[in-house]
Amino acid sequence: MKRLEIDGVSKRYGDVIALADMTFDVRAGEIFGFVGSNGAGKTTTMRIALGVLTADAGQVRWDGVPVTSDTRRHIGYMPEERGLYPRMKVGEQLVYLARLHGMSPADATAAMREWTDRLGVAARRGDEVQKLSLGNQQRVQLAAALVHDPSILVLDEPFSGLDPVAVDVMSQVLRDKAAQGVPVMFSSHQLDLVERICDRVGIVRSGSMVANGTVDELRSGGDDRLVVDAPQAPEGWAEHLDGVRVLPREDGRTWLELSDGADDQAVLRAALATGPVHEFARQRPSLTELFRDIVASPAGDPTASTIDSNGEKS
Amino acid sequence: MSSVWLVAQREILARARSKAYIISTAVLVVIVVALAIITKLIGGSGASDFTVGVTAQTASLSAPLSSSATSIGQSVSTRTVPDEATGRAEVKAGKLDALLIGDGTAVRVVVKKDLNAKLGNALHVLAGQVAFNQKIEALGGDPAAVNAAVASAPVSVTSIQRPHTYNTQQLVLGIIAGILIYLSLLLSGQMVAQGVVEEKSSRVVELLLSAIRPWQLMAGKVLGIGIVGFAQMVIIGGVGIAAGLLTRALTIPASAAASTVVWLVVWYLLGFVAYALTFAAAAATVSRQEDVGGVVTPVLMLVILGYVLGVSILPSNPGSGLIETMSMLPMFAPTLMPMRVAMGGVPAWQLTVAVAGMVVVIPLLVLLSARIYRNAVLRSGARVKLRDAWRAA
Repeated sequence: MKRLEIDGVSKRYGDVIALADMTFDVRAGEIFGFVGSNGAGKTTTMRIALGVLTADAGQVRWDGVPVTSDTRRHIGYMPEERGLYPRMKVGEQLVYLARLHGMSPADATAAMREWTDRLGVAARRGDEVQKLSLGNQQRVQLAAALVHDPSILVLDEPFSGLDPVAVDVMSQVLRDKAAQGVPVMFSSHQLDLVERICDRVGIVRSGSMVANGTVDELRSGGDDRLVVDAPQAPEGWAEHLDGVRVLPREDGRTWLELSDGADDQAVLRAALATGPVHEFARQRPSLTELFRDIVASPAGDPTASTIDSNGEKS
Repeated sequence: MSSVWLVAQREILARARSKAYIISTAVLVVIVVALAIITKLIGGSGASDFTVGVTAQTASLSAPLSSSATSIGQSVSTRTVPDEATGRAEVKAGKLDALLIGDGTAVRVVVKKDLNAKLGNALHVLAGQVAFNQKIEALGGDPAAVNAAVASAPVSVTSIQRPHTYNTQQLVLGIIAGILIYLSLLLSGQMVAQGVVEEKSSRVVELLLSAIRPWQLMAGKVLGIGIVGFAQMVIIGGVGIAAGLLTRALTIPASAAASTVVWLVVWYLLGFVAYALTFAAAAATVSRQEDVGGVVTPVLMLVILGYVLGVSILPSNPGSGLIETMSMLPMFAPTLMPMRVAMGGVPAWQLTVAVAGMVVVIPLLVLLSARIYRNAVLRSGARVKLRDAWRAA
């Protein structure tokens, strides 16, 4: 299977380390979500993958071969800094961009028609980009990333500034492209969305990949949590149990964090001993919680929560 | 290469459709046509300066008058009138500047009020000639043979330095050539600078650079705008020369006019490439249109300096040593050389030095500008220092 590999990429600006040994891959046909706080290195990674920036060290490979400017013509890119010629007409602009990526005039025109239709901006083909609403400009921007029928998609914050309808259109486009065997990589701060549509997620912190796996793997990789609703239980009823950490109580329910190998049945027995139990459930952390944990953990100790792609703690 | 051409095509379309371009071309065309017409009006009718009537008796003076006028740089045409009375009437009506009367053995003229001083000079020479001929005949000589001997008496001149006589029309042509080059460099140079910053400020440059290399983008832009500016100059220069020749405001030989145009084109191309590259690199260091002025001004000053020195020194002193030297330096050659070439008399070696200088400088500018452009064009925000832009990003 073809893979887009980012292998040990490093980049520094003066004294600032933007990327330190960034390593991950995106497989053909999968949607890879790239999350991390602002300044973590997502945009820099994407710019390097596109050849817009050069890396100080490391390599970007497609199908095992270092990416060249020829390969890059087949990448669909949506930069974080949105940009189109403001005074150029939508249709002409898309045809121009398609041709810059090596399409023939006829193919470029056909592709422009197809994508403006599909993204709902067909009526605006003859208008200058600056006359469009921000939302429509975003759609044109996406069309610009797709118009040359790319075999790899790299999108920086594609969902930012989209209305809910456009979010659905965008998600569907990404799924369709992935279904055609295109590796799709995008960054986002909307973690619920990432959780919903991504096959795999990578979390970056301070220029390195600190967690990388399917959403399920990532969620099961964290400590398990139990929620217990035992209304008659006194304060501190679970504190003596092995491998259990009691979290602050919320609306009468007790939240517990179990370390590896802790016996949840012992917890249940202890709860039952206090009286009736209305709820006893294992809760996996949401991506948002995971993200908070990872991003909040000290930068000097990235291995604390590093999870490899098999979802096992290392 | 096809990417470069695609970029160039976009530039050509975008510029040629812009109102600024269409209007500036139209205005310049109107200006050169107006110049030709005004020159013509000031210069008077192209035929002759004066018309003198001759009667049957004075008709023999007709040819000697024309030739004596020519010998002092005047042009006088003659017309035979049926009789003296008709001639006097025409002089009174202003149709004739003067009427030669008498029997042709002495020069007697009738004028309306005063005899024009220039025409008077010509008539004076004629009178001298007539008296001279009469004396030769009285001495038994042949006036025709004497005159021929006088006319063919050679003056042998040996110049230590070959001088060049500048004719007024060529000076004017030189100034116009200078203005055209100057305006073209100014307008298209600004277009390049603004185009670079437009891509930067609209952020489209990142999208473009994900498809093509920075040098391709820069080269395409320079090529496209160069073609647009070139077309503008050919239109203006062509219309100007055509208007000049049609109205006969320009009476220099067609070959001299053609050589002016050819050199104008050559110098425009050399100057444009050199300056456009510099403008592109300078503009790449800023991110906002408001900041363009600041970075292109030092470059513009070179264009302006050459032009201003040229138009202020050359008309009064076409052989100026300062201008001669400056016109061989690459930064001033594009503005000064075309003026000098139009005026004529530029030694071949000086032209060679100037062209060679450009041919050496342009590849260096290509390397330098491509590097600064590549390193600076993606850095948005504050102005990028040239030193930082020179170092790798």
